[in-house]
Amino acid sequence: MSGQREHQFQLLRQMLLIRRFEEKCAELYTREKIRGFMHLYIGEEAVGVGVIQALGPEDAIVSTYREHGHALVRGIPAGSVMAEMFGKQEGCSRGRGGSMHLFDAKTRFYGGNAVVGGGLPIAVGLALADKMRNRSRVTCCFFGDGAVAEGEFHECMNLSALWRLPLLFACENNRYAMGTRLDVTHSVTDLTKKAAAYDIPAAAADGMDVLAVEAAARSATEHVRSGQGPFFLECRTYRFRAHSMYDPELYRDKAEVEEWKKRDPIPALIRRLKEDEKDAGGTETGLAELERQVSKEIDEAIAFAERGTWEPVAGLLRSVYSDKGLSA
Amino acid sequence: MTYRDAIREAMRKALRADDRVFLMGEDVGRYGGCYAVSKGLLAEFGPERIRDTPLSESAFVGAGIGASLGGMRPIVEIMTCNFSLLALDQILNNAATFLYMSGGQFNVPVVIRMATGGGRQLAAQHSHSLEGWYAHIPGIKVLTPATIEDAHGMLLAALLDPDPVLIFENALLYNTEGELPANAGPVEIAHARICRPGRDISVITYGNSLWKALEAARGLAEKGIEAEVIDLRTLRPLDDHTLVESVTRTHRALVVDEGWRSGGISAEISARLMEQSMYELDAPIERLCGAEVPMPYAAHMEREAIPQVAAIAAAVERMVATHE
Repeated sequence: MSGQREHQFQLLRQMLLIRRFEEKCAELYTREKIRGFMHLYIGEEAVGVGVIQALGPEDAIVSTYREHGHALVRGIPAGSVMAEMFGKQEGCSRGRGGSMHLFDAKTRFYGGNAVVGGGLPIAVGLALADKMRNRSRVTCCFFGDGAVAEGEFHECMNLSALWRLPLLFACENNRYAMGTRLDVTHSVTDLTKKAAAYDIPAAAADGMDVLAVEAAARSATEHVRSGQGPFFLECRTYRFRAHSMYDPELYRDKAEVEEWKKRDPIPALIRRLKEDEKDAGGTETGLAELERQVSKEIDEAIAFAERGTWEPVAGLLRSVYSDKGLSA
Repeated sequence: MTYRDAIREAMRKALRADDRVFLMGEDVGRYGGCYAVSKGLLAEFGPERIRDTPLSESAFVGAGIGASLGGMRPIVEIMTCNFSLLALDQILNNAATFLYMSGGQFNVPVVIRMATGGGRQLAAQHSHSLEGWYAHIPGIKVLTPATIEDAHGMLLAALLDPDPVLIFENALLYNTEGELPANAGPVEIAHARICRPGRDISVITYGNSLWKALEAARGLAEKGIEAEVIDLRTLRPLDDHTLVESVTRTHRALVVDEGWRSGGISAEISARLMEQSMYELDAPIERLCGAEVPMPYAAHMEREAIPQVAAIAAAVERMVATHE
């Protein structure tokens, strides 16, 4: 298998992992293993998978409340993510955060942030610290089209451009701010145009095509790494599932959802693999193997979460403040 | 040396000692700080470390939080606590939550300084005292230096603290003068301080009201009333022990606070004293707080809206007399 084809299978594997993981999450939610607000990424997998390919282990990610996919691709173990959603202390945030607040110091994953736009200033600060310390690292901040309407977005675009910070603005435009369509909330719906006001270079990528996202993200991070300041990458995508588990989806047509499902990034990549295949049936065999691997990984993640333990309530007040000394 | 100089001196020491420390905020560099606290620092440390920001409170406060996560020790200056509300999301939803929400992985060693308090005819959007309000939030520490030594030492202590620290500087204090010992360093921030011992009543206060309480106590002494005056210094975490110990000796307590009365820090202190020392009390605890109005502009009205020396003295006299 060529390196390129191998890489494409790797992308497929990551998208499949997110898809199957979240399908299980939805099931576990109805079984009340997972509670609280839970936002599924299904349909948008190509964005997280594509963008994160362009990041190295030293880079940082600041994410949103729809972050299971980002966390998995970043390398937070699926068991640790699942245990977090179960509320177990073996979870990546010790059961303190849940679905919307996955954190992991090892992979520099600075949280799912559940206030729209709230992660952007944090990302500015992380990038500022890197610049002041002369560290060659990128901070990637995921946010949605909804966040683009927040004042913090504009403040952060200005600040990061002004200070030429190594920051990748990774906008996941899924066309709806919860249940309100982009054109109902934005006077300018081509979001890349917003970057022009801050003299930030911008690009739009087809967020249903993982290869297109990856290529765009590589070129965007190249710009950021070269010290020329931030880059705004808009990935145009679509959420197949409801906004959260409580959403009856009164605001969009089923036909619209079906139309977008035709552009599902996973079958799209499979089709491409088949077009390029040299050995007949190789893609199907490879896919079956990936499904098997992913299914095993998820089963193990669920078993890990089930085996997990509840933090003793005596620990309720722990970590409101640091126990001792300085870290970071 | 003034209170302002003391803060500047602390910042200068920290900037010299630790290259992770930097200052950012509106007008902190070229202008020298809206209250001239950072005057001269730009020339010494340059624009990278004395960083002027646009008027984007949420972004630069959040950037301070993010930079602290990235290993820096930022000092963020907000012009006045009324403006801090533009950054409240970052302070409450991020700075105060990250350590807990991440299961102890990410502490946020950011220091946020801001001016507070009325008395300068700046009306209803520049004069409020929101420190008690911030003290409601678990995950942050709230310091209210009243003295030159605390203005200097609390900032240094805050920079050594692993958690987010908010420092409220009553703007009327910037010009107050005093001595700073040559060897002054960080001060402890866990305890209230008895500034004037007395046997008849505990007057519990902080910030600029401390000086009013001390003046009132001097006048009362001439009438034979010995008021003990306590500077809270830190509003979160509150040092219950010092307060309870004092009330156990004096059997009366008056809490003086520029903030609004309803649900304020004085109410919290009163409740804690009731919980922990009710049987020591010879009189109901009283509160002397800011009037529950948006701050008026006219000088005589503003004066009336803030606890003053005469009102403190009158309250003490009445409390001591009626419950003899």
